[in-house]
Amino acid sequence: MTVRVQPEPFDAGAELNGFAQGRSDVGAIVSFTGVVRDVDGGLREMQIEHYPGMTEAAIAGIVAQACERWSLADALVIHRHGPLAVGAPIMMVATAAAHRVAAFEAADFLMDYLKSRAPFWKKEVTVNGAEWVAAKDADEDALNRW
Amino acid sequence: MNVMYFAWVRERIGIPHETVDSDAATVADLVAELVAREDRYAAAFADVSALRVALDQELAAFDAPLAGVREVAFFPPMTGG
Repeated sequence: MTVRVQPEPFDAGAELNGFAQGRSDVGAIVSFTGVVRDVDGGLREMQIEHYPGMTEAAIAGIVAQACERWSLADALVIHRHGPLAVGAPIMMVATAAAHRVAAFEAADFLMDYLKSRAPFWKKEVTVNGAEWVAAKDADEDALNRW
Repeated sequence: MNVMYFAWVRERIGIPHETVDSDAATVADLVAELVAREDRYAAAFADVSALRVALDQELAAFDAPLAGVREVAFFPPMTGG
């Protein structure tokens, strides 16, 4: 299991190619990459703040839950912080399991929990000023699926 | 104890963290002490239902006891992913 919290960009393709290599028990690998999206054509950058220490511990706890629940062979979470340009990768998750249902479900679970249980805060800097992104009720509701 | 603020809570209070000497029994008691200090704290804690708290880096409730806690962090609901 790998958790990385970093300001630097990452190469999602290279990460995926190196993920779960040499595991003969893996039949399915699923990955998700989150990218900075410009909603109204005025986004200058996305700033991501986090809580060093708690961030790594919270993600490790979420990954441990996923590994146990879906018997994952491996899991990877990378999440960036700092200023990010439109189109830049924000984060990625990858899961490896014997079968695809477990890999898909575990990746979905990881995304839902990373969204509202890992201490990151997004701020959108637009041509009209800067604003913190508000959490959505739907994000909290999504946790009830699990 | 070390008290930390993140995102707009940090911006409203104007500092990322500070050392607070307090005998507050619970998180809510600590919030009441901070609010009584200055307007910038009152502005940050105006609606605690819009806030989350972590004690020693674990999410907690506002009625949680502070005995033995070294680090308290206040922040808005998280928006990762």
